[in-house]
Amino acid sequence: MLTEEERKEIQNELKRHSHKQAACVEALKIVQRHRGWVSDEIKDISEFLEMTTDELDGVATFYNQIFLKPVGKHVIRICDGVSCWVTGHGPVLEHLKVSLGINEGETTPDGQFTLLPVSCLGACDRAPAMMIDDELYGDLTAGKIDEILERYK
Amino acid sequence: MNPERPLTKNIQPGGGPLAIDEYEKRGGYEALRKALKMSPQQVQEEIKASNLRGRGGAGFPTGAKWGFVPMGDDAPRPKYFLVNADEMEPGAFKDRFLLEGDPHQMLEGAIICAYAIQADIAYIFLRWAYKLAGKRLRRAIAEAYEKKYLGKNILGSGYSLELDLHVSAGRYICGEETALLNAMEGRRPVPRSKPPFPQVSGLWGRPAVVNSVETVCNIPHIIKNGADWFKGLSLSNDCGTKLYGVSGRVKKPGVWELPMGVTIRELIEEHAGGMQEGHSFRGVIPGGASTDFLVKEHLDVKMDFDSVQKAGSRLGTGTMIILDDKTCPVGMVHNLEKFFARESCGWCTPCREGIPWIKKVLEAIENGHGETGDIELLEHHCRLLGPGNTFCAFAPGAVEPLQSALKFFREDFERHIREKRCSYR
Ligand SMILES: Cc1cc2nc3c(=O)[nH]c(=O)nc-3n(C[C@H](O)[C@H](O)[C@H](O)COP(=O)(O)O)c2cc1C
Ligand code: SF4
Repeated sequence: MLTEEERKEIQNELKRHSHKQAACVEALKIVQRHRGWVSDEIKDISEFLEMTTDELDGVATFYNQIFLKPVGKHVIRICDGVSCWVTGHGPVLEHLKVSLGINEGETTPDGQFTLLPVSCLGACDRAPAMMIDDELYGDLTAGKIDEILERYK
Repeated sequence: MNPERPLTKNIQPGGGPLAIDEYEKRGGYEALRKALKMSPQQVQEEIKASNLRGRGGAGFPTGAKWGFVPMGDDAPRPKYFLVNADEMEPGAFKDRFLLEGDPHQMLEGAIICAYAIQADIAYIFLRWAYKLAGKRLRRAIAEAYEKKYLGKNILGSGYSLELDLHVSAGRYICGEETALLNAMEGRRPVPRSKPPFPQVSGLWGRPAVVNSVETVCNIPHIIKNGADWFKGLSLSNDCGTKLYGVSGRVKKPGVWELPMGVTIRELIEEHAGGMQEGHSFRGVIPGGASTDFLVKEHLDVKMDFDSVQKAGSRLGTGTMIILDDKTCPVGMVHNLEKFFARESCGWCTPCREGIPWIKKVLEAIENGHGETGDIELLEHHCRLLGPGNTFCAFAPGAVEPLQSALKFFREDFERHIREKRCSYR
């Protein structure tokens, strides 16, 4: 079930569109903002958008920043685009994996961090780069990573 | 060298973008005022005369693209103008600079573009990762509405335009113009077949034009200063300036606005400060992940559409990625193909099946499990995924770095297979 707040936000979003379906990515993002990920609630949203659940599922599964499984409190997106790969993505990723004790695609047991690969953050001039939640970090080194992670613990 | 840098003159490195008052003080929105006094046809003519070619990768003439839109009172309504700010190609990061650095310039451009095709509604399709750009654009849009540069009866001209920001949720194919239209409609964003072309039947079956951020940013300056001025900015047959970028093992990776037609050598040696200590130049993908490698003998190639094409690659986004002598070319191509395999939208079989196959073969070679015949197998895929065999330009783009790596760095592939290991590790 959608919460009252989610419902209101989606209703608001619908006002901006002449076609309800056009709001579907925004609606998915609203649910994700409140819960961290999008579960089977997708069925509720689809009614709002006058789409079938299959249609909405087809959209939700397409985008790599719509999470269909739970994620940790903070999502770390490590860029594996070509510029980062050339300038040190390997050692940076290794360091993250060891520090967090998890592999790419996993969440730490305490639920603090999820580590995800991402295709190019568009920060190639500051490679290697990563993003934690909405914050971008560039010119990464092992030492810098430790210091950054500290801030989120 | 011509020192004029129209697109970046307002951008202060490290500083915030100009608020609307400051932007106006420096001549901002004058081009819009001028355009609104011209007829839409005249605006189109001026852009045609400037020979502006789209900066989104393909280099299609902007004026010609607009020319396909039905005009006049009988034209289907509403008409749409869309700014493509998806920029998800690995190695490309120049539009971000324009969006974060001078959002009003892009808005002014978008409003003029929309006016030229008499669009009723404009959208900016923004990549999810560009959080700061999103924040600054939202503010700029609000300011532009306040000052009546957007909304009903803009500056009393009788022309009205609504503009909205759409923030995507991450998928490379959304940057392809017809996939972008599906994304905007809330459908699964796979490409559409052409014809019909978007200019005739785009968004919800109505005319729509999609232009890239950098293209749009050029528009106010051409309108303000004229087509001849624009031609004079360039060192080559392709007009204007270009945002170029360099990343990889160079001393000062970055993005710069320079006359169209500077050489690859100048970009690397002068602007990017040359190679890092202990690394030497081996090759370059000149225009983002989906372009062919060029090598030392191409260092004096001019970075414009025709020259790069003549050299066997594409200008693409104009943001180059350097391969150095300590980096394994097989590994680099493997990284690129992993990206393309992940991002194929899966709509057509050759791309959906072929690119993961390429990725697997490259992975095997890189990890010492390559076999005789693998190189021929890769070449076979390059042919089958080349132009004309797939639904959209994604797959041909995906095989460009591979086909050229097989040409220029063949001995590396052969050595991996022969020695059953990667000698760079
Ligand atoms: C797979 C793929 C991804 C693309 N991504 C982008 C993009 O992120 N930004 C962009 O401006 N053009 C992108 N393009 C090119 C667009 O399809 C289109 O040609 C361009 O936006 C037109 O703008 P222009 O005429 O101003 O260059 C992409 C094309 C393909 C095939
Ligand atoms: S070529 Fe690839 S990206 Fe393009 S439609 Fe086919 S599967 Fe999708």
